[in-house]
Amino acid sequence: MSYQADFLRALYRKMVTIRKFEEKIGELFLGGELPGFVHLYIGEEAIASGICSNLTDEDYITSTHRGHGHCIAKGANIKPMMAEIFGKKTGYCKGKGGSMHIADFSIGMLGANGVVGGGYTLAVGAALAAKMKKTRQVAVCFFGDGASNRGTFHEAINMAAAWKLPVIFLCENNQWASTTPYRTTTAVENIADRAVGYGIPSNIVNGNDVFAVYEAAKVAIERAREGGGPTLIEAKTYRIKGHFVGDPEMYRTKAEVQERFEKDDPLKNFVSDVLAKGWLKKAELDQIETKITEEVDAAVDSARKDPYPDDNELYSDLYVESEVNLRA
Amino acid sequence: MREITFSEATLEAMSEEMQRDEKVFVMGEDIARQGGIFGQFKGLPQKFGVERVIDTPISETAIVGAGIGAALAGMRPVVDMHFADFVGVCMDEVLNQMAKICYMFGGQCTMPLVMRAPDGIIRSAAAQHSQSLEAFFLHIPGLKVVIPSNTADAKGLLKAAIREDNPVLYFEHKALFPLKGPVPEGEFCIPIGKANIAKEGKDVTIISYSLMMHRALEAADKLAGQGISAEVIDLRTISPIDKETIFSSVAKTKRLVIVHEAVKTGGVGAEISALVAEEMIDYLDAPIKRLGAPFVPIPFSPSLERLVKINADQIVSAVEEICK
Ligand SMILES: Cc1ncc(C[n+]2csc(CCOP(=O)(O)OP(=O)(O)O)c2C)c(N)n1
Repeated sequence: MSYQADFLRALYRKMVTIRKFEEKIGELFLGGELPGFVHLYIGEEAIASGICSNLTDEDYITSTHRGHGHCIAKGANIKPMMAEIFGKKTGYCKGKGGSMHIADFSIGMLGANGVVGGGYTLAVGAALAAKMKKTRQVAVCFFGDGASNRGTFHEAINMAAAWKLPVIFLCENNQWASTTPYRTTTAVENIADRAVGYGIPSNIVNGNDVFAVYEAAKVAIERAREGGGPTLIEAKTYRIKGHFVGDPEMYRTKAEVQERFEKDDPLKNFVSDVLAKGWLKKAELDQIETKITEEVDAAVDSARKDPYPDDNELYSDLYVESEVNLRA
Repeated sequence: MREITFSEATLEAMSEEMQRDEKVFVMGEDIARQGGIFGQFKGLPQKFGVERVIDTPISETAIVGAGIGAALAGMRPVVDMHFADFVGVCMDEVLNQMAKICYMFGGQCTMPLVMRAPDGIIRSAAAQHSQSLEAFFLHIPGLKVVIPSNTADAKGLLKAAIREDNPVLYFEHKALFPLKGPVPEGEFCIPIGKANIAKEGKDVTIISYSLMMHRALEAADKLAGQGISAEVIDLRTISPIDKETIFSSVAKTKRLVIVHEAVKTGGVGAEISALVAEEMIDYLDAPIKRLGAPFVPIPFSPSLERLVKINADQIVSAVEEICK
């Protein structure tokens, strides 16, 4: 397998942007600058980046409470993302959504979700629309191992399978649902094993290897575009950070986490891979990293300066003007 | 009297009831390993074992449904919703199963189930983690709904809820958990269906519950400074509503203000207003006033979230308007 240098640079850009953005968010939150609460995607960058590198702006994704990485990978702009997390007027959702509710419909990012398991059925609906409109668009539903125990998992996958809808169910198995280890609430070894029960194909990939994720997604997405129906992909990874920033993490040791991260960091894996294969040069990677660090800092600077929403914003957007009523 | 936090008060209630009756158990997400997001289950698994303090999968439908089934089979389950907002996930279990089973099957069974649901606004938790949903359940025959405002009530109402043979929804405001207050030593239950006159007065009745009781009492203090004597009623139970206490207070003061954090439209205040209008309108010297959140989801930005919360000054103004 070999890849174009441009493709690899773009892939690296995605992953580093997520890492730098999330590191900054963690810092800002602990510094007391951010309202609400935030869940970081650090250590899972390869998954969203690998998947979304197969998608266009026309394709859809649904996301989760841990959604910053999905947004960035799908192509969202980090300035309005940052502003949204600050609760500013210039944010993607005018400050009304916050970290758990970022969306950019213009690039098919149908929204993060504060309700675990809230995304499955929405992705199915987007895929249904694509099928009805014959557009060859696909929808990717990101969800966690914990979310796989919601009833919506079953209803959505069955419906998508029965109707052969172009949707990819992408489980990010990071071994933890908040404080609860995966195997204490789930008897099956792999979430992907459940695919048999729906009559759809599945695939288990190393979620810390962006190339493995990319290749698996490519097959599933092509299949979906051709009308072959849904695939369940399980990307195995590990949640490096606490469930949310500020989580005391009483349920595991710091050493255990550190050791895993040092051994198996998706970003380091990428770098050592591309350098070993001679695909990219160290200097190029460093340059990209420096530039992104500046971009993230610039996003923070402008978010800090941006105004909060005006009071009258409280009532806007509850309903839209329906044409039917305007004419009546 | 000794002072403990609201979350410690609920913990005492759980502990005493689990000690008293081994049919009582509790299940929910992240309650055993973590002790609950608000520390409200801390130490329970050490005391009673993980067979009776159960960490569940993220499966609200099954958590509540299994609670109902266990209640039918003779247990006295307490189920934790994590956040009240997630009751949306198990709405069928609440409205078509737990509320109706006893009646629909001709009284063959009891339904000693408690559903605990942390609700309300804290720190920009945004639209899906901030709601106050009690009014929904007032509309469903067969449920009882309680909602403590202080530490002592938190304990007494939870104990009563656990001993109750009907399904009880126990809403607990997230901002109340760390609050300290006096709680009597030892065993006590607070009767479900009975409101509490938190402060006696003669010029106006202010009805509230949960976190907003604190604003209502603050407002009553300010009003006292202006020579207006407010009677403040803590509803404690949303369903069944204690009409008697409300009516006798309104008969005395002839003025009524109702305050809740939940959306004003279709809220508990609407029901109380209707009851008073139907049966007491001749007693009233002024229009009824309702204070509740504007008709929008809870926005994230602190600058907007601030606008949906009721403060004491707004209550004072509402009272002034009808006491002129
Ligand atoms: C319906 C619902 N139940 C519970 C929660 C609270 N909650 C938020 S995230 C989370 C854990 C989710 O675990 P998982 O799906 O594995 O995703 P991860 O956090 O590991 O990315 C829980 C229990 C919620 N937001 N929605």
